[in-house]
Amino acid sequence: MGVLLFEFALTFYFAATIVSVIELFKETKITSRIMISLAGIGFAIHTVSIVYRYISAGHIPITNAHEATSFFSWCIVFIFFILEFRYRILLISSFIMPVVFILMLSSSLMPREIKPLTPMLQSYWLGIHTVLAFLGNAAFALAFGIGFMYIVQEHYVKSKKHLRGLFDRLPSLQTLDEINYRLITFGFPLLTLAIITGALWAESALGRYWSWDPREVLALVTWFIYAIILHARLTAGWRGKKAALLSIIGFLTILIAFFGIKLLGKGYHVFI
Amino acid sequence: MKVLVVGLNHKIADLDVREKLAFNGPKLEEGLLKFKELPEVYEAIILSTCNRVELYANVRDIGKASESIKAFLSEFHSLNRGALDNSLYIYDDTKALKHIFRVASSLDSMVIGEPQILGQIKDAFEFALEKKTTGILLNKLIKKAISVAKRVRTETKIAENAVSISFAAVELAKKIFTDLSTRVFMLLGAGEMAELAAKHLISTGVKEVLVSNRTYERACDLAKEFNGQPVKFDEFIQEIVRSDIVICSTGAQDYILKKNQMQRVMKDRKQKQVFIIDISVPRNIDPEINEIDNVYLYNIDDLQGVVNGNIFERQKEAEKAEKIVEEEIETFLKWQSSLDSVPTIVALRERAEEIKKEELDKLLNKMPEIGEKEKKAIEYMATAIINKLIHPPTVALKEDSEDRDIMIATIKRLYGIDAEENEEE
Repeated sequence: MGVLLFEFALTFYFAATIVSVIELFKETKITSRIMISLAGIGFAIHTVSIVYRYISAGHIPITNAHEATSFFSWCIVFIFFILEFRYRILLISSFIMPVVFILMLSSSLMPREIKPLTPMLQSYWLGIHTVLAFLGNAAFALAFGIGFMYIVQEHYVKSKKHLRGLFDRLPSLQTLDEINYRLITFGFPLLTLAIITGALWAESALGRYWSWDPREVLALVTWFIYAIILHARLTAGWRGKKAALLSIIGFLTILIAFFGIKLLGKGYHVFI
Repeated sequence: MKVLVVGLNHKIADLDVREKLAFNGPKLEEGLLKFKELPEVYEAIILSTCNRVELYANVRDIGKASESIKAFLSEFHSLNRGALDNSLYIYDDTKALKHIFRVASSLDSMVIGEPQILGQIKDAFEFALEKKTTGILLNKLIKKAISVAKRVRTETKIAENAVSISFAAVELAKKIFTDLSTRVFMLLGAGEMAELAAKHLISTGVKEVLVSNRTYERACDLAKEFNGQPVKFDEFIQEIVRSDIVICSTGAQDYILKKNQMQRVMKDRKQKQVFIIDISVPRNIDPEINEIDNVYLYNIDDLQGVVNGNIFERQKEAEKAEKIVEEEIETFLKWQSSLDSVPTIVALRERAEEIKKEELDKLLNKMPEIGEKEKKAIEYMATAIINKLIHPPTVALKEDSEDRDIMIATIKRLYGIDAEENEEE
């Protein structure tokens, strides 16, 4: 049942991704409606599958790579719908749904069995730390998508060529820059709190706050990248293209942290 | 019932000819009423704009009607008939429908897709309604033309992209800034095109207007006109720090804003996006400043490039619009032909009533002894018989079937009626 739900969610996300990529070239009211319905149904099924897994496992289902990647995708789609509701820029989907689909696909390839929790994970910090971390990272994922849109739109305006089609449908540079900034100001405190709660958890479980675990290091690197984005924006006025590029680099770092460390196979975050 | 169009437009007649034929001011009412009074004209509308003068009519005989309309035009505007005949186009029937639909959809306009023409047609129609010079055919036709135009507007992108330099500048500004009404705009220098672009931008709504000019008095005058603030010419660079959109057109022979100056400005404005439009020839702003991050510099050729691209795009969309027009002509013709069955039905009923009356008279003359009650009953029965008899053909005529033309002809022949006879004088 749980497997079936997950596969259904994946299928709907896949269909939504296809439609959203088609929309890059040709967008009509009908394609938009199809896209949003597919993503909406996928999201609903995905939510049910996570709740179902929560009930069958008896704890928050963010305890292995399959669950973590799936929950990360869920957070991205969740924030995507908030953005869609707030700004009505459906074209974001063309830049973010492929990311969601790739994450979900990789999640589907990972071992899915529910194992008993190791003693270290049996903590109330599990829910708090992981939800904060993934919501924060999901905001950065969307900042990546928006940053990508900014780079594309900025290229059109700067090069003065092909000023129709996609150029017409993308929002203004200022709008994209503002959304990007808001997403980072939303994600940054969450990431900060995730690092703090992680340290507190480590202290209570292992007796020390920080042990230079690879994921800790990359979380710190990510934290610095976004701290720089915010700092440079406020002091040196690094907005627009530079902010967009940095938010793309920031998210790529997150992805490397996420999958790279898994491959590295070291440290106590390795289960994820 | 046939639609006739007599008129001219910018494509075939120069402005001096169009001026002479224009129905403006009080001439419109006088002209429309006289036009309607022409013996061949049953319904009348006059559309008179700066690009076209067109007379729409419902007529019976195209030849006679167009002759009398031409005579009317030459008399009304005191023009030489020979010269007039050469500069007019005459369309009838399907061609007339197509022409009117194309005009309303702005496919026949000087700038394809411009929106004014639809409003002008609506005005012309409402004026004709007010003066009671229209009837069933033209009312239906103009309403149809308006709906065709709306369909073209929503189903094609014919009116979507700016086709003038000043509109293109405003559209680009909207792709850089979220809300122009929170942006500061500076007009640097003067000149017809710069002022036009400034007007468009200001009418879209900006937060503040700054005006700078080499002669400060001129800056003050323009500032007054645009409801803005004058800025001394040697201070304009400082003011770009708080200006988001700059339109520049001075007579300077050299660059008045160089890259290093602009870099300092960008630092001071915390790298906020700025849109600079240099429409001066020779250019006044160092083209290299387009390389600075968050600075978007467009010169006159860049904007012309945008406009040319948009015109090309509109022409492609116009092809889709032509297809819509063709479709709508079909539906209108269907409606129009449904009207033809009405006189046939009327004639059929009249013929039946005639027979009933004849036969009743004969019968009642032969039987003078019957009472009022019996008389009523016989009359009632006769009415019921003819009603029952003509009911099926009436229904069949009203139906929208392919062979209706044949059916109309057959019924006319079978019952010995000719609907046209009743219609024609």
